[in-house]
Amino acid sequence: MKVVFERPQALSDVTTHYCPGCTHGIIHRLVAETIDELGILERTIGVASVGCSVLAYDYLECDWQQAAHGRAPAVATGIKRALPDSIVFTYQGDGDLASIGTAEIIHAANRGEAITVIYVNNTNYGMTGGQMAPTTLVGQVTTTSPRGRDTKEAGYPLRMAEMLATLKGVNYLARVAVNSPANIMKAKRAIKQAFTVQVEDGGFALVEVLSTCPTNWRLDPVEALKWLDDNMIPYYPLAEFKVSGEVK
Amino acid sequence: MLGDKVLMVGNEAIGEAAIRAGCQLYFAYPITPQSELPQLLARRMPEEGRVFLQAESEVAAINIVYGAAGAGARVMTSSSSPGISLKQEGISYIAGAELPCVIVNIVRGGPGLGGIQPAQSDYFQATKGGGHGDYRLIVLAPASVQEMVDLTALAFDLADKYRNPVMVLGDGTLGQMMEPVEFGDIKAEIPSKPWATTGRKGRARNVINSLYLDPNKLEEHNWHLQAKYRRIEGAEVRYDSFNLADAQLVVVAYGISARIARTAIEMARADGIAAGLLRPITLFPFPTGAIAQAAEKAAAFLSLELSAGQMVEDVRLAVNGRRPVHFYGRTGGIIPTPQEVYEEIKKLAGEEVAK
Amino acid sequence: MKHEVIVAGFGGQGVLLLGQVLAYAGMVEGKEVSWLPSYGPEMRGGTANCTVVLSDTEIGSPVVSQPSCVIALNLPSMEKFEPMLKPGGRLIINTSLIDKKAERADIEVVEVPATEIANELGSGRVANMVALGAFVQQTKAVDFTTLEEALKKVLPQRRHELIPLNLQAIQRGAEETK
Ligand SMILES: Cc1ncc(C[n+]2csc(CCOP(=O)(O)OP(=O)(O)O)c2C)c(N)n1
Ligand code: SF4
Repeated sequence: MKVVFERPQALSDVTTHYCPGCTHGIIHRLVAETIDELGILERTIGVASVGCSVLAYDYLECDWQQAAHGRAPAVATGIKRALPDSIVFTYQGDGDLASIGTAEIIHAANRGEAITVIYVNNTNYGMTGGQMAPTTLVGQVTTTSPRGRDTKEAGYPLRMAEMLATLKGVNYLARVAVNSPANIMKAKRAIKQAFTVQVEDGGFALVEVLSTCPTNWRLDPVEALKWLDDNMIPYYPLAEFKVSGEVK
Repeated sequence: MLGDKVLMVGNEAIGEAAIRAGCQLYFAYPITPQSELPQLLARRMPEEGRVFLQAESEVAAINIVYGAAGAGARVMTSSSSPGISLKQEGISYIAGAELPCVIVNIVRGGPGLGGIQPAQSDYFQATKGGGHGDYRLIVLAPASVQEMVDLTALAFDLADKYRNPVMVLGDGTLGQMMEPVEFGDIKAEIPSKPWATTGRKGRARNVINSLYLDPNKLEEHNWHLQAKYRRIEGAEVRYDSFNLADAQLVVVAYGISARIARTAIEMARADGIAAGLLRPITLFPFPTGAIAQAAEKAAAFLSLELSAGQMVEDVRLAVNGRRPVHFYGRTGGIIPTPQEVYEEIKKLAGEEVAK
Repeated sequence: MKHEVIVAGFGGQGVLLLGQVLAYAGMVEGKEVSWLPSYGPEMRGGTANCTVVLSDTEIGSPVVSQPSCVIALNLPSMEKFEPMLKPGGRLIINTSLIDKKAERADIEVVEVPATEIANELGSGRVANMVALGAFVQQTKAVDFTTLEEALKKVLPQRRHELIPLNLQAIQRGAEETK
C-alpha cells in the first residue's frame, strides 16, 4: 500500500495551539517537508520569534533558539557565524519582522547573511489581540485602528519583499500565499528554494507568506481564506522578486 | 448611592485618568497584559483631539516621548516588562535631560520573554534606575483600580513638579481586574515650561541634552540630580497601613500583594495574631522612615512580593538590623492565596513573636 | 455579608460577562466589588474564569482561595473548582454539559440545565444568564431588579435589544432552582 499522507519527520506529533483555520500550521508543515526533503534536520537550527508562532520550537523537530521580539535575524546571524555549516532559519510574523525588527532584517539581508527567513504576514499582531501592524491594509479595522488604518496617521502598509529586493545581499526573495491548494504548492516550492540557497551557500533568502488570522479578523476560516484573496493579494502581489541574486 | 462610579478594568482606568489629567500625547506598542490601555486610547485620544500613535517598537515609543516631553507636552507611554526593558535607554536619557513624562509598567513574569501572568519582579529595575547612570524615577504603586486613577493623575503632576520621569508600577492583575472607580475632580494643571524647545520666539535658545563632556560639569549635573532626589525623598513619601499600631509582625507589601496581605492579616487577627500591614504607595521614594519607626515596636517583618525577593532589600535597609526581616514570595505569574500568606504569618508569629 | 464567587466555563460561554453583570449589580447596590478575570494569549480554545467578590466592607484580596460559590458551566471547570469551595459553599452546575455528580458532601449543589433552558428561549448564548438567575435565587447576593440596570451598563448600546432575552433567562434560572 502506498502511503499518500504522512507526517514529515521534522514535524512534531503534537496538536498545535493555533486557532481553528489559522494557516501558521500549514506553513510549519511546508518547512518540515522541506527539511525532510533536503535531509538537513540534523544540522538545522530554527530561531523562533515573538508572536503566535513563538511555540514553533514545539512543532518542528530541529534545534531551536527563541529570540527577543524582532531580533531573530540577529540571533540567526550569531548562530550562522559560529556554525557556518549549519542551516539556520528564522520564522517571524509581520509585527516581529516589519515593525520592531526592521533594523535587524534589513541589516542581515544587506550583509547577505546566509540564513533563510520565513516571514508570515497576516496584517496584524495576532498574539496580542489583533492590533495594527505596519502591514495592516489601508482602512482595515484593528484594535488599535478602530476607525480603520488612516494613512495620515499610520502611513501605508509596508511591502517588505519589495523593499528588501533592492538590497544587493539578497539572493532569493519571493511572496507566496497559503490560501488555496495551488498557492500552497507554489509556497512549498519557494520555501524549498529559500532553504536550497542556504544549502548551496548562496546567501540570504526570504519568503514572505501571506497567512490568515481568522480570530482577529473576526471571520470564519473559509471567509478568511477569501478575505486574503480579495484584500491582501491585490496589495501584496505574489511573485518571485529575486532569484540567484537577480531582480526578476 | 451610585454617584459617578463606573466599573472599569485597571488598564482602561489609567487611560481615562490620563485624559482627564491633560495627557496630550500617548505613544505605545502592544504587549500583554497592558494592551487594553493602547486600545482604549486609540479610540479616546482622537475623540479628545489628542494624539495617539502606535510606534514601531518600545525603543521608538520612549524616544518619541523624549521629543514630545522636551517640546513641553504632557506625555505618557505604557508597556509591560519586556517592553520596559527596551525603554531603559530612553528613560536614562529622559532622566538625564530632566524631562517630565509618565511611564506605565503593567508587570508580568520574567526574565526574558517570561510569561504574561502578573508579577512584581521589575522592582529593582523600576526603583534603582533601570538604565545606565545615577538616576531615579519616582515610582508609584497602585493597589486598586481607583488608585490606578488617582496615582496616574498624581504621576503627571509630580513629573512636572520635579521635571522627572514617573513610573506607575502595576501588574497583570491590577491591569485586568475591574473595580468601581470615580474620577472626581482630576485637574489638568500644566505648569509653564520655559525650558522646552518650542522655537526661540525671541528668547534665549533652549537645548534638551544629557551630554556633558567636561567631567566637572557632569559631576555638577549629577549632584544637582541627587539633590532633587533627596528633595523628593523629603517631600513625596506615601504609604498606607492597616492594623499597624499594635502589630508585632509587620507585613510590608505593595500593589496586589498588599491586597492579599490585608486579607491574610484579617485571618491572622481573627486568630489573635498581632499582624499589621505597611503598604508603600511610593516605591521611590521608599517609606524608609515609616518602616524604621515600626521597627521600634514590632518584633519582626515580612516582605511579601510577587518576586524572588527584591523590595525585601529596602525593608532590611530600613530596619537596619534591628529586627529580623523575612521574605515570602511567588514568582513566574503565580499569585499566593490569602490562605498561603496567612499560614506564613502564623508560622513566623510562632517563631518570632513568641520570643 | 461577603460573597466570593468563581465563574468558569469554556471561552465563549460568557463567563466573564456573567461576572461583570454580577459585579455591576453589586456596585449599583452600594457594595464593594471586584472582578478578576483569567487571561491568556489571544489564541482560542481552553477555559475562562473570573472571580467576583461582593462585600459590605473593603475588599482585601480579589484573589480567592476558598470561594463561597462556584458557578461551573462545563465539566473541566467543575473538576477544577469544586475542591476549592469553602465547606458549606454552593456549587451551581450546568447539567446540560456536566453529566457528572459533584463529589463533595459538605457543599450545597444546585443543578440547572442552563444550556437547554437557553436553547428553549431561542439562544444557547444566554446559558450564562440562566446560571446567574440560579445564583441570585440561591444566594440573594443582589436584587433581581438591579440586574436589569447592570445589563444596561455591561452590554454595549447596540446589544440592548437583547436585554429582555437576558432577563428572561435570569428569571428561568431562578424559577428552575426555587
Ligand atoms: C519587546 C516586546 N514587545 C512586545 C511584545 C508583545 N508581543 C508579543 S507577540 C507580539 C506581536 C506578534 O505579532 P506578529 O509578529 O505579527 O505575529 P502573529 O502573532 O500575528 O503571528 C507582540 C507585540 C513582546 N513580547 N516583547
Ligand atoms: S491569533 Fe491569528 S495568527 Fe494567532 S493562532 Fe489565532 S488565527 Fe493564528
